[in-house]
Amino acid sequence: MPGFGIIKGLKETARNFFGSYHDPGRFVTIQYPEEKREHHENYRSFPFLVYDGDPVKGLRCVSCKICEKECPPQCIYIVPEQDGSGKLLKFPRIFDIDVSVCMGCQICVEVCPFDSIKMDQEFEVSTADRFGGLILNRSKLAKSNEYYHQIRPAEATAVDAQLAAERERQQAKAAAAKSPAPAAAATREKKP
Amino acid sequence: MTPWSTLLALAGDATGSWLAQLKNLATHPWVVNLVAMAVILGANAAFFAVITLLERKGLGRIQNRPGPNRAGPFGILQPAADGIKMITKEDIVPERADQLVHFLAPLVMLAPITLALAVLPYGPQLVAVNLDAGVLFFFAIGTAGELAAFMAGWSSRNKYSLLGAMRAIAQMISFELPLVLSTLVVIMMTGSMSLVEIVAGQGSAAWGLPGWNIFTPWGLAGFLIFLTAAAAESNRSPFDLPEGESEIIGGFMTEYSGFKYAVFFMAEYFGMFAVSGLGITLFLGGWHAPFPFLEWVPGIFWYVAKLVALVFGFIWIRGTLPRLRADQLMNFSWKFLMPLALLNFATAILWHATAGWQFPGAWLCRWLVCFGIVAGAFTGLGRAMLRRRQVGPRIYRYAS
Amino acid sequence: MVDFAQPENAFKPGLPGAAEPACRVVPKYSDQGEREGDWLEISMGPQHPSTHGVFRMDLVLEGETVIRLKPVFGYLHRNHEKIAEQTTYLSSMPYTDRLDYFCSMTNNWAYALAVEKLAGLQVPERAEYIRIITAELTRLQNHACLMGFLMQDLGAMGTPLMYAFREREKILDLFEALSGARMMCNYMRFGGCRIDLPPGWLEQTRRLVADFPRFLDEFEALLTGNEIVMARLQGVGALSRELAINAGISGPMLRASGVNYDIRKVDQYGIYNRFEFRVPLGAHGDCYDRFMLRLLEMRESLRILEPALKDIPSGPIIDARAKLRNFKPRPGEAYGRIEAPKGELGFYLVSDGSANPYRYRVRPPSLINLTILEDLCLGQKVADVVIILGSVDIVLGEVDR
Repeated sequence: MPGFGIIKGLKETARNFFGSYHDPGRFVTIQYPEEKREHHENYRSFPFLVYDGDPVKGLRCVSCKICEKECPPQCIYIVPEQDGSGKLLKFPRIFDIDVSVCMGCQICVEVCPFDSIKMDQEFEVSTADRFGGLILNRSKLAKSNEYYHQIRPAEATAVDAQLAAERERQQAKAAAAKSPAPAAAATREKKP
Repeated sequence: MTPWSTLLALAGDATGSWLAQLKNLATHPWVVNLVAMAVILGANAAFFAVITLLERKGLGRIQNRPGPNRAGPFGILQPAADGIKMITKEDIVPERADQLVHFLAPLVMLAPITLALAVLPYGPQLVAVNLDAGVLFFFAIGTAGELAAFMAGWSSRNKYSLLGAMRAIAQMISFELPLVLSTLVVIMMTGSMSLVEIVAGQGSAAWGLPGWNIFTPWGLAGFLIFLTAAAAESNRSPFDLPEGESEIIGGFMTEYSGFKYAVFFMAEYFGMFAVSGLGITLFLGGWHAPFPFLEWVPGIFWYVAKLVALVFGFIWIRGTLPRLRADQLMNFSWKFLMPLALLNFATAILWHATAGWQFPGAWLCRWLVCFGIVAGAFTGLGRAMLRRRQVGPRIYRYAS
Repeated sequence: MVDFAQPENAFKPGLPGAAEPACRVVPKYSDQGEREGDWLEISMGPQHPSTHGVFRMDLVLEGETVIRLKPVFGYLHRNHEKIAEQTTYLSSMPYTDRLDYFCSMTNNWAYALAVEKLAGLQVPERAEYIRIITAELTRLQNHACLMGFLMQDLGAMGTPLMYAFREREKILDLFEALSGARMMCNYMRFGGCRIDLPPGWLEQTRRLVADFPRFLDEFEALLTGNEIVMARLQGVGALSRELAINAGISGPMLRASGVNYDIRKVDQYGIYNRFEFRVPLGAHGDCYDRFMLRLLEMRESLRILEPALKDIPSGPIIDARAKLRNFKPRPGEAYGRIEAPKGELGFYLVSDGSANPYRYRVRPPSLINLTILEDLCLGQKVADVVIILGSVDIVLGEVDR
């Protein structure tokens, strides 16, 4: 009978109308500013720099510039610290990320050999200052390892274990280098 | 009485007391009409505000979302917020537009519809103008909407507006016919064109059933035809082609903004209230209660309840159905609704002619026979139409 | 049904299917040589509500009938291919998300497939399973949303769209738990996937797959039998088999015209040969067939997902030889293609041995499916144009690149 399909459709919308009052599977809206979604541990927004202990001295970043090179939209800008004689130090003097350009792709996190840059979960970064407010400098980017543990407990624990193992290996190597045995392989550890 | 004498009465007659003068004044036709106009406009505007909120909430729930809920508790202040937004928005008129016609179109749209609202009986005594030919007046004044749509579309100098106006005219004129034909049945059976008398004729109840016209086979068919045509007349989905926003952006309203747009919007809803009111009056017993023991409730309550029910039906349909195409709309009107409406005449005549049947179960027998005719015609016409267009469900095969 | 293995069905030059337009354009002239009446020229877009983005169609109308249509695109051109040639292989991966921003997972896969061919990487089995699961989930959400958009173009007040979005949110939640982002997943890597499945993810996905038919039934009840939907979609924008083949159409649009060509079956990339699924075919090639085919494909996707979620093995998720930093494939060329939800998505790469591709070329299904828009629209009403455009299923990020 013509018109039956329309009636079937009307039945379906009526079911959804009433279902939205009692079935949470149908009524999925979240009232955003009041209630927020629980983000999964893997959720990512923008990068931040991890430090251990001191917010300036404790930065893990050695300003190797790999992330700057690999960043697809080229939103990272790094200038290494120099000592008095002009020699480059393994520490960033300037580390800027333009969040208005950053697309949160996590490539910088993946390529970082020192686990120094990680993805944040802070997504409410709106600002009234379009230019200054969206450029995050070194002090704004630096966040403690405890914070990292807080947002990504599993990943941060794994990273800590890995770093500890690395440190132990380094120490063992250093001990080996101090001993008279020649350690030619140590030069390979030099970072670009 | 002339305005001048009214002024004299206002100034006061030295011989009468002021109270008598006030009473005199209050029953004065000018005052009565002014009050009636204010009440009709105010009540409908308030109802419009409520219905827009209801519509947005209802559509939201149909679509599994909460609808507006930010302005005030449960969003009840949303209509006020909408109104403030509409009034404070910049009114942009295209540079090359015909300024005067562009300005007049919303007014021409709104004014006749408020006039049409004046002839509807809202309660036993609640009728602003009791015209002998109320139905005729209603349709005559309703056609002004077509003029307004075309004024808006033509004066905007926008191609989408023009397309929308063309669609609006074609659609409104085509659907006027089934609309009028479906009401003619009621007029024929009642023997009056006065809306007040048509409502009065539906008061008697038999076997606990109200005597509304919808409980007769011709009334049921007429009501469905009327409802379909009314949806098209008031540009409601699935016949909202004149403004079909996914195709021609806003139709004849494309170049309107701010309060003029709000007036168009209001006129559209007023039009919906008006045709729904006419449908209630003609088929759903007007202000009559469904059962005699409920007659103590004021008639206006039943009227509003029926209106809300009808409007909610429109909202439900809007939330479900996609839009027809212009040529399909024409086909639907001329080749489907028109023959059905004409056949409904014959059914009504049969119903009238068999009124003298006396054997037991005669009423049911008449009912079934008459209904069978209409339902058979509906099925046959519909099937033929779908088959001619080669429209139907399909079966799909899979690659081996 | 056209079998591509047969030589007579191989590609022929010219577009014979296009020789007969749906309507012949005959300008009307009066005896004095003046044109009778005016054609209405409309620039539909780029700000039009139904052009699915910034797309423009220059229409010439007679009354409401379309007699000319010129698609104009490029408003969203972002220089994707040249940018990819300036950056490393890995850096292009997040950009592929933004091609067809509804299906980032399949875009990732196609690109990864091309690079894997180039560098000769082997994908571990677990990663193959993850890829199939995410790709089929992507297909589910893309098709659901597309049907919602199509109904929106039909004027259904967004109700089917909202239902589709409701289900899509659940799939995007899964993507977020897996990759960290809902739409711009950037999940796949050359030789595997970025990270392993989070705990509980498979269970959640199984539940979603078990619940999904309920949504499909609801959708079907709401739309497929609806007389208005049928009247609007059937017989509109019919695409002949010949034209579809000769214009290089792919995906559900090609299969709606009755051509049995699904790259999942033809190439059997990944491990698709391990799964039982059928390829639905249309007979008319009109909008309704395209619409229904997507619905049927969603059911087939569920048939792939169920065993895939059951059989997924444990193991590594990335080829141990895959290098993140300093990735330089040997010189050569490769073309990797997959059956993306919208059609054949291919990446053509030429390597000169450096860290950047020498040539990087995308074969976007949206763009190539869009090329026959005028053939489909001629003689139809202006209201049908938006439906035909909707049923082609384009995403402007992919069309303009």
